[in-house]
Amino acid sequence: MSGALTLLDRLWAMHEILLREDGTSLLWVDRHLVHEGSHHAFAKLKDRGAQVAQPALTFGIVDHYAPTRNRGTEMAPDIARMIKTLTLNAEAHGIRLFDLFDPAQGIVHVVGPEQGLTLPGLLINCGDSHTSTHGALGALAFGIGATEVAHVLATQTIWQKKPAAMRITVEGDLGPGVSAKDIALHWIAKLGVGGAQGHAVEYAGSTIRGLSIEGRMTLCNLSIEGGARFGMVAPDDTTFAYLNGRPFAPKGADWDMACAAWAELRTDPDARFDRDVNIQAADIAPTVTWGTSPEQAVPVDADIPDPATLHSGKASAALAALDYMGLSAGKPIAGTPVDQVFIGSCTNGRIEDLRAACAVLAGRKTKVPGIVSPGSALIKAQAEQEGLDRIFTDAGLEWVASGCSMCVGMNGDLVAPGKRCASSTNRNFQGRQGRGARTHLMSPAMVAAAAVTGQITDVRPLLQGRAA
Amino acid sequence: MAGWTTCTGTALLLPLDNIDTDQLIPARFMSAPRSQGYGSYLLHDLRRDANGDLLADFPLNQHDGVRILVAGRNFGSGSSREAAVYTLVDAGITAVIAPSFGDIFSSNAVNNGLLPARIGADAAATLYRLLENGPTEISIDLATGRLHCGTTELRFDLQDSWRTKLINGWDDIDLTLQHAEAIRDYAKTRHSTAPWAWPTTAN
Repeated sequence: MSGALTLLDRLWAMHEILLREDGTSLLWVDRHLVHEGSHHAFAKLKDRGAQVAQPALTFGIVDHYAPTRNRGTEMAPDIARMIKTLTLNAEAHGIRLFDLFDPAQGIVHVVGPEQGLTLPGLLINCGDSHTSTHGALGALAFGIGATEVAHVLATQTIWQKKPAAMRITVEGDLGPGVSAKDIALHWIAKLGVGGAQGHAVEYAGSTIRGLSIEGRMTLCNLSIEGGARFGMVAPDDTTFAYLNGRPFAPKGADWDMACAAWAELRTDPDARFDRDVNIQAADIAPTVTWGTSPEQAVPVDADIPDPATLHSGKASAALAALDYMGLSAGKPIAGTPVDQVFIGSCTNGRIEDLRAACAVLAGRKTKVPGIVSPGSALIKAQAEQEGLDRIFTDAGLEWVASGCSMCVGMNGDLVAPGKRCASSTNRNFQGRQGRGARTHLMSPAMVAAAAVTGQITDVRPLLQGRAA
Repeated sequence: MAGWTTCTGTALLLPLDNIDTDQLIPARFMSAPRSQGYGSYLLHDLRRDANGDLLADFPLNQHDGVRILVAGRNFGSGSSREAAVYTLVDAGITAVIAPSFGDIFSSNAVNNGLLPARIGADAAATLYRLLENGPTEISIDLATGRLHCGTTELRFDLQDSWRTKLINGWDDIDLTLQHAEAIRDYAKTRHSTAPWAWPTTAN
């Protein structure tokens, strides 16, 4: 191996306790985030009579089942039980819990960075596939299953085989109305949902450097939709400025020491990747999905593809997707009528996302109903301070509390069978937003455009003459 | 978890790509305790109508005693929900054979004794042909990394560490605790060289 290292090499080496003969590493976990869905893991721990090894490095958050309306009133029994179980487990093991009424409650992948729990150089696990989000700050972050969650709880370590390294370089300026969401949908459409399987993706290039931390989080979040368990961006001054002063971030001398250490977290210029992909920002248009897999996406000004023209292995899935979505091949995707919209989720529920949607909605009325669920209670408060809530409600959308909400529907925020939803979320899977629900993934600005026109619409003309 | 080396059983073709974990188990069933059994949730919304009744034309509903599923690419992609694996295991499935799998699903599968056997495109085409007229018996041998369907022998891919784990039925926590001293030493060094990696507790 040459001396040149990737960011992945550096992060991996920092956390490797030992390397087994079969190539599997035992890694130290700096932060472990749990949520209501972690109940299987806590049950496993209880079965063994084991304790949480490092409660001070473990944080609990109520998000997946969090009601977004009428908080404080009686909840459905299943939902109440899930939240109660997490509360009891957190109490029993001495874990700091961001519960339903915590002023900093929110979606785990929004709260972690917002609270400064997520830092460059940390290894972060959570029983949720979108844990890749935290890599936006230069952390080694990946989603795990319940058995692994139990293992991390019991040992503060995880066994993992080092993935192959992949780099996606994006160069140049993004066009107006084009955001991190579009970069992600663009590369996933180009490489396929298995395009990054077995790989950790590092995002690089001038476009990525120019993204805010929020944008980088959107991009890293969606890595898993392209098959990558890990997404990451090397930390820089944007990262440090974002973290400085966050509640759980280092302070004083520790902060200075941390910044010095974080500045070393980068890929050497001559380091080699197993796969290198180059994208020009100018080639990326506002992008929208037409099918039931994130790779089934096209620029908003394109036609819904004819399955017969697709790669032979993808034709039957495309036919099934068109059937489920109630769409016809060869027609423009723009103009497809939608029944409702959703803005929120760990993908696009941050302040910048809400501002982008409001840039479209200000002074306009929506033709279809929809809900807006900020990624955290703090984002909700900030948005209200900026008057964004009024822009949403004046336009005709419902402004609700924070949680995973209609991205996954566990809290009862569901799309009815056969209904079509323009959504700022991460998965257009069959049944994801509810049985029979039809989901079109797009950026928050594009969702706002769909709300205003009642159909899938190119947001760019709607932004002309406005400060986006 | 009990280990296993060979498995012979009825294999069913489910020639769909992108069977994601949301389809394996819709989110609304995930609050159930495992002790209740997850088998009836397997592919719930594909297998059942809006009333919860089984659809007669879905392949999995036409045959009992299926132990092996042969599926399309990108099986188990999406959400990290281990409940997706529980539905398969609790329904009696021991192996899924497909051209590719979601990374997290594969780890979860192995942690529950379920084999995610990856096969090449040619092998997949062969297997689909052999199974297209109905379920057929397949034998799988973890030790050799080969499977047999009638007189046809095919190779499948599996990480070495996963092969060992499936065969031995190892529990990772027990294995890890044997390294308790190395973990303690690591934590001590990390705490002294990177104190910033511990959360500020002032608030």
